[in-house]
Amino acid sequence: MNPSSLAAPALFSVDGLVGVVFLVMVLITVVGGLIACNSDRLVRSVAGLVVCFIGVAGLYFFLNSPFVAMMQILIYVGAVAVTISFAIMLAAPEENKKIGPTSILAGPLGFITAALITGGFAVLALKTEWAVHNKINDGSMKAIGLQLLTDYSMVFELVSIVLLIAILGALVIAREGREN
Amino acid sequence: MSLLGLYNALNTYLIIGAMLFGMGIYGMVTRRTLIGMLIAAELILAGSSVNFMAFNRFTAPDPVTGQVFTLFIMAIAAAEAAIGLSIIIAVYGHFKSIDAEDTAQLKG
Repeated sequence: MNPSSLAAPALFSVDGLVGVVFLVMVLITVVGGLIACNSDRLVRSVAGLVVCFIGVAGLYFFLNSPFVAMMQILIYVGAVAVTISFAIMLAAPEENKKIGPTSILAGPLGFITAALITGGFAVLALKTEWAVHNKINDGSMKAIGLQLLTDYSMVFELVSIVLLIAILGALVIAREGREN
Repeated sequence: MSLLGLYNALNTYLIIGAMLFGMGIYGMVTRRTLIGMLIAAELILAGSSVNFMAFNRFTAPDPVTGQVFTLFIMAIAAAEAAIGLSIIIAVYGHFKSIDAEDTAQLKG
């Protein structure tokens, strides 16, 4: 890390306020994620997912990529979350039925599994010395566009085909269930 | 390292990514409905995307690669959500339930 980040910035300096906004974004992400995986109604769970994704988009702003942040809001909040809410309206009739775990063991065991995985990753991240390389470009929106249409053009086309086939397949599969 | 300087450290983002991943695993294990599992899968994908973007910002020589990879993850996640939800609607039309315990016709 660069030495400037080691000094503690004052709360009302620019750096301090940026730090406060960052902490708020982290809080939004974590609280949204907890709501998404813990609430007992699916609709609340989707709402938590939306909150969590907005927080993640804020983190992407801090990571120098406003383009990916906007795409995150556009695709996840605008498309995926809306699609999931439509599916809940179409296919989740039991409004009163709880969606919690079946057995009494599932909650604690799931928590232990998740805590072990999270702790393992955190220890791994803290113990490792990551090699830092010099940047060869600025990672701006223009650079992304250039590389998408030159170096990654094949992958770009393949992803487009995957999306097209996914949409057609979704239409076909969802229509099957409507026959009766 | 002070609390307000955390946004400039790689480890902060890696730990946030690990937390999102862990919450996704927890939801995946404990949820009964298929839609709940899909939401947990989206959390897992978000955690891995945060990791890619963090390494992209702090260590990678070419800061475009991670952003492009995250865009592709978003596209694949959208395709996965579309297919998964259409399968869930078809399952609901057949079983009148989206509980993973009820849709056990293939169980031997």
